[in-house]
Amino acid sequence: MSGTVWIAAQLRDGGLHPASLEAVAAGRQLAEALGVDVEAIVVGDGVGVAASQLARSGVRRVYVSDQPSLGDYVPGTHVQALVEAAEAYRPSYIVFPHTYQAVDHMARLAHRLDGGVLSEITSFASSEEGLLFSRPILEGKMQAKTRICGLGPMVLSVQTGAFQPAEATSDEPAPIERLEAAKLPAPERELLGIEDAGGEKIDLTAADLIVSVGRGIGGPEKMAVIEELAAALGAEIGASRPVIDSGWLPRDRQIGSSGQTVAPKLYIAIGISGAIQHLVGMKGAACTVAINKDAGAPIYSVADYGIVGDLFEVVPALTAALKEASSD
Amino acid sequence: MKTAVCMKQVPDTEARLRLNKAGTWIEEEDLPFVINESDECALEEALNIREQRGGEVTVYSLGPPRVRESLRKALALGADRAVHLDDEAFAGGDAVANARALAAAISKQPVDLILTGSQSDDLGWGVTASLLAANLDFPHAWLVMGVEIDEAGEKVGIVREMEAGKNELFNLSLPAVIEVQAGLNHPRYASLKGIMQAKRKEIMALSAADLDLEADQVGARGSRVEIVSVTFPRTGEGATMIEGDPSTAAEQLVHHLQNDARVLS
Repeated sequence: MSGTVWIAAQLRDGGLHPASLEAVAAGRQLAEALGVDVEAIVVGDGVGVAASQLARSGVRRVYVSDQPSLGDYVPGTHVQALVEAAEAYRPSYIVFPHTYQAVDHMARLAHRLDGGVLSEITSFASSEEGLLFSRPILEGKMQAKTRICGLGPMVLSVQTGAFQPAEATSDEPAPIERLEAAKLPAPERELLGIEDAGGEKIDLTAADLIVSVGRGIGGPEKMAVIEELAAALGAEIGASRPVIDSGWLPRDRQIGSSGQTVAPKLYIAIGISGAIQHLVGMKGAACTVAINKDAGAPIYSVADYGIVGDLFEVVPALTAALKEASSD
Repeated sequence: MKTAVCMKQVPDTEARLRLNKAGTWIEEEDLPFVINESDECALEEALNIREQRGGEVTVYSLGPPRVRESLRKALALGADRAVHLDDEAFAGGDAVANARALAAAISKQPVDLILTGSQSDDLGWGVTASLLAANLDFPHAWLVMGVEIDEAGEKVGIVREMEAGKNELFNLSLPAVIEVQAGLNHPRYASLKGIMQAKRKEIMALSAADLDLEADQVGARGSRVEIVSVTFPRTGEGATMIEGDPSTAAEQLVHHLQNDARVLS
C-alpha cells in the first residue's frame, strides 16, 4: 500500500483541539516508518485558523472540508465529508486523536471505506512481524501489541498524552486545499443543546493539595480514612470515575477525561488503579503519591512515590505521621 | 419496544491477571469472568424501559461456552431471551468481525432499540457498537449518560458525555444503537424468583453458518487487527517505592514530601 497517512484533525471551541497536534506527531512518525507522505484534513465550518495551524505542523498538505452545515458535529455529515475526501485521495491510514467526538464517528468512517479500525494506540515500532502498535488493555493494567492484517485503509486513534504535540515548523507552510462541498445527508441527530454535566460547584483545578480516592475504597461508608487524611493535609478530596458512578461521592469531585483536569503540587492517589481516563486528568500534578494494594497497578508508572499495601492500614498511618510531623 | 442488548463477558476487574505461557494473552484458567460493567448498565436500562412501556428484551453475547453463564445471569435479571453467538469460527475477532456477526444475529428479528456499553473492560476497542450501527445503517451515540424514549416510541432523547464536564443533548429516530456509560444507572441484583425462572429459559445458539457468514468474514480471519502479544507494565517505573510496615513507610513518605519533593512544609 503506498497511500499517504492522513491526520483527521478535531476541533474544539472553534480552534484546533490540542490533541490534534499529538495525532499529527504520531502521523508524522508513522508516515516516516512507512516511507509515505503525511497530510491532514479538517472538517467543519469556518476552519481557517485550524487549517493554518495544521499547515505549520509539519504535514505536506492540508485538506479542508468547510461548509456551514458541517458547523454542528453530527456523525453522518462529518463521516460523509471524510468519505468523499478519502475516496478521492485514498490515504492508507487515517489517524484521529482519541477524543470523545472522534471515537464517536471514526468507526463509521472505517466501515464506509471498507477499512479496519484500531483505537487508542500509545506507540508503534517496526519488527520482523511488521509494524506493531501498542495500546492499553484491561483498564490499563496491561499493554497489547497489535498487528494490522487484511486489505483496505486503516483508521487509528492516538491516545491523549502518548505523543508530544507536533511543534510549529519554521518551514514554508504546507498548501491548504479546499475540497468541493460534500453531498451531505440530512443530519440524523436533532441537536437540542449543551449542558453542564452537573454542579461545577467544587473547583479542584486551583487546589494545591488533592487526596483522590478510587474503587479500592470499597464503599461510601469507608470514606472516613480519606476525609481524615484530607483534613490533616488541608487538601481537597477528588475521585476516579468508578467512585462517582457508584454514587459514593458527587460528580463534581471527578478527576479525569470526563471530569476535571487538575495540576496540584501534591496528588495522593488512594485505591486508584490508574486507568488512562484518570491519568489524563491528573498528570499535571507536580508530585504524585500512589497507595494501592496491587503492585502492578498502572498508577505507579506515573507516581513519584509509591506504597504498596492495604489502604486501610497505610492511610491512617500517613494521617498520623503528618500530624506528628506538624506538631514537631 | 423490542430491545436488543449486546453484552461482553470480561475478566472480573478485581481478578489477579497472569500471562499465558506464550505471552499472547492472559491465562484464562481459573480466572473469574463477569458481565462487562457498562453492558450491565445497558441491560438495566433495557429492563427499565420494558417496565415502563412493555415489550421484550433479548440479550446477545459472542464468545466461548463460558459466556452462557453471563447470558444466564442476564435472564435471571429479567431479560426475556438470550442468544449466544457460539462458533469456533468467531474466536479472535476484532471489532470489525464481531460487529458483522452481531449485526447478522440481531437483524434476524425486528428490533426498535439496541443498547450496549461504550467500551469493554478487557480489550476496550470502544468501536464495536458504532460498527454494529454502521452495519445495520442505524444512527448511534457513544458515551451515553441519559436515555428517554418519547411517547410514540419513535424517538430517543440522548444525553451524551462530552469532554470537560459538558453533556450534549439530542434526539435520534428509532431504531438506533445506544452505547451507555457505566454510571447511567445502578444495575439491580437478581432475585431468587428470577434465578429460578432463568433456569427454564432457553439460550439460543447461533453459528456463523446460521448467520449466512463465511468463516473468513468472522473471527480472526475476518479481522483487520490481531493481538500479537501482551505484557505487564514495569512496576513503579520512575517511582520511588517505599517499603516497610505502614507506619514506617508513612513516616518515610512524609520525610520525602517535606525534604525531597518539598511539597509539604
